[in-house]
Amino acid sequence: MRGDARKDTLVVLVLGLAMIFGLPLLIDPHQLTVLVAYGMLALSLGLIWGFGGVLCFGQAAFFGLGAYTFAIAGINIEESTLPLILAVLIPAGFAALMGAFMFYGRLGDVYLAVITLVVSLILFRWLNTTAGQGYEIGAARLGGFNGIPGFPILNVPGRPDLPIWGESLYYVAAFALLIVFLLVSWLLRSSFGRIAIGIRENEERVSLLGYDIRARKTVLFAIGAGIAGLAGALYATWAEVVTPNLFSLQQSSEVIIWCIIGGLGTRFGPILGAAGLAYLKFQLGQQSGIDNMFIMGLVLVIFVLLLPRGLAPEIARFWLWLIGANRRTARRRAPRAGGQNG
Amino acid sequence: MAETVLETDGLSMRFGGVVAVDHVSLKVRARELRCLIGPNGAGKSTCFKCLCGLLKPTEGRIFLRGEETTGWDPHRIASLGVGIKMQVSSVMNGLSVHENIWMAARRFMPARAAAQKADEVIERLALGSIARTDLGRLAHGERQRVELGIVLAADPWLVLLDEPAAGMTADEVDRMGDIIREMTRTAAVIVVEHDMQFIRSLASTVTVFHRGRVLMEDHVERVMADPVVRDVYLGKQA
Amino acid sequence: MDLAVVILVEVLYAIASLVLISAGLAVVFGMMKVINLAHGEFMVLGGYTVITAVGLGVNIFVAMLIVAPLVVGLFGLIVERLVFRHLYGRMIDTMLASWGLSLMMIGAFKMIFGNTQTGVTGPIPGLTVGDYQINGYNLFIIVVSLLLLAGMLAVLRGTRAGLIARGTMQRSDMAAAMGHSPDRIYMTTFAVGSALAGLAGAVMAPLVGIVPTAGAGFIAKAFITVIAGGPSLVTGLATASGAFGLVNQAFSFLVSPVIGDVALLVAAVVLLRLMPKGITTRFFRGRL
Repeated sequence: MRGDARKDTLVVLVLGLAMIFGLPLLIDPHQLTVLVAYGMLALSLGLIWGFGGVLCFGQAAFFGLGAYTFAIAGINIEESTLPLILAVLIPAGFAALMGAFMFYGRLGDVYLAVITLVVSLILFRWLNTTAGQGYEIGAARLGGFNGIPGFPILNVPGRPDLPIWGESLYYVAAFALLIVFLLVSWLLRSSFGRIAIGIRENEERVSLLGYDIRARKTVLFAIGAGIAGLAGALYATWAEVVTPNLFSLQQSSEVIIWCIIGGLGTRFGPILGAAGLAYLKFQLGQQSGIDNMFIMGLVLVIFVLLLPRGLAPEIARFWLWLIGANRRTARRRAPRAGGQNG
Repeated sequence: MAETVLETDGLSMRFGGVVAVDHVSLKVRARELRCLIGPNGAGKSTCFKCLCGLLKPTEGRIFLRGEETTGWDPHRIASLGVGIKMQVSSVMNGLSVHENIWMAARRFMPARAAAQKADEVIERLALGSIARTDLGRLAHGERQRVELGIVLAADPWLVLLDEPAAGMTADEVDRMGDIIREMTRTAAVIVVEHDMQFIRSLASTVTVFHRGRVLMEDHVERVMADPVVRDVYLGKQA
Repeated sequence: MDLAVVILVEVLYAIASLVLISAGLAVVFGMMKVINLAHGEFMVLGGYTVITAVGLGVNIFVAMLIVAPLVVGLFGLIVERLVFRHLYGRMIDTMLASWGLSLMMIGAFKMIFGNTQTGVTGPIPGLTVGDYQINGYNLFIIVVSLLLLAGMLAVLRGTRAGLIARGTMQRSDMAAAMGHSPDRIYMTTFAVGSALAGLAGAVMAPLVGIVPTAGAGFIAKAFITVIAGGPSLVTGLATASGAFGLVNQAFSFLVSPVIGDVALLVAAVVLLRLMPKGITTRFFRGRL
């Protein structure tokens, strides 16, 4: 088991570095940066949903919270290190509160999903009304549907005079994603992670083993939110403006679609889905023949009908082959998106 | 006299107008093997669920090792050191035998020790050949054995088994009996069962349920010979 | 006194519009446990149908009450045969497929009708009550929603189709065992639900500006009303709409319309926390 872990880490590092340095040769690093941010967001949902079985339709809310926190804290502090940390902690805290509300209330899967979406939409609606005086946090105005522009972007820690942007930002973001990926891998191998997967498989049984599943789900949910928040901060520094659209139905649906297409149950699937679809969307944005949304919707419908597990099974197979894992370790079936039918 | 590990006092469970468990008072001692028997609908499974925490009793109290656990959530009861196996096979299908048993052990010891414990239990129950197979792919009898392994891995001092022999072949039932007897070296075991031959082979004290109440409680041979019990079981194979 | 009447009308209108918006989804969810996230777009389709029909010279009432439901019902039928039929039993896959469908429809609307807001003028003039003006159309909507609820009850209780529907809602396998093809029942139910959505969208068209993305506003409200309503179709619909409509209107009146919407959403979250499976699992159980 431990040999596999080491091999896995090694392959992740090798492939990761190869991609980090290789992709800019094919795609403009400025564009790659936002793909990385989306990939991280998708990874966060893939973690809690694919591995933890927690269905959350409002993951965009934590993405948006991270972005807004980064912006607001940045305007007030004028340096980016603390805002970055807050962008992780505040969404995580918010998720912990939500988790306490939802998981301890014994709500079914589907209702959970709906409530998370509803919360995201509440934030969207409310933020859109925050234009003008009176809606400020410290020195930062919330700005209504125009959002918040002009906050300090990421800088070298402690050196607000050395901003990180352009190609450097890409490398910082890409390495951040790699590190998060490795941390997530480690988490999944740890006892906490393995028990989380057990909870996904059979919640009642795990509780009969003596584990407090409500607490565990809340913690996992918070971790996912923190990662989404970090992605939000990266997005904010890339876009240099944060708007309520980050909380919109559109953003929420995109995160879900990325995960479905990429496939749940692997770490890389959602990232691939996110980067791939976002890239596709940019390319399609250039043409105006067929509407983008139409195509995205069509892709989603086709995948649900024909490839309900997304690309994940193929990725998993490829991965196992790559690390030459023991074949007798019977293939972990990637859970279907509809696996937790309630 | 060994200590009392489980005690219920006037335990009752009502569902609307139906009284499933009617003022049941039980006392089980350390390392005792007790069978709960009775015809269908007698209340033994409902009583079982109350003991596990899956149902909150409408009346009465439950004590585990002197501590009141009435109304506790299942995970709190389990973490006291109570091993539970439900009637319907409930395991983590997508995980391997080793993973399932590891998870049971992990609650009470660190990860590496848990892995070793899982290995031991797998060895003891002769599950070595399927240790890395996903539970979802196993035959019924093998799954039941794995479930026993899950219970054993936690080294419980009280084991609650709901129809452990269901759906097993005669050989498997014999082996199950051996394992249960062995368990009583370290734990009190409460078995809810239908299979009379199996119960006889366990040769223990038996509590007979009837219409939610305790009809009789005595050694299995005396209970089997009792005419009232015979009446209650009219039509059943004894 | 006049003010009381006006407020009463506004509250009833808020409740009525929730009933209308949610009816189609309630039918589809209540009967088949299908969560159709494209429900909002079905409504918008109804709206566009009315606009197009009126543009072609059709009388507006005919367009709203006959043409739109027919068109959207037919559309629903086609979509059911092509997509949802394959996904029954897989609740989450159904949600995702319907999400995709909703995106497709929004894209299609943009391509066909463009992004600008189109609308029709309300066919009923305002009325004066004392010092206040009320929109006569609001009264029309209240009437339509009442007729709708009454109609649903009548069909469910009085007709053979309604009986089969109720049976299927409770035990689809038994209904099948008695010779009723669940396949056909689901197809019909989905078509009816779609038609109701079309009706709702058509009737709301004069009040709400029809843009390709108008559906999103409807689906959230409809969704939470249906889930909060619980298993009883008509009673659940009525009680949930009643509760939320009241909250919505109260806060709209006291603070602002946007806060009214926010309050509705918050009320939904609280209600689901208290009664996770819907109002009619706790109150009015067993009613239709």
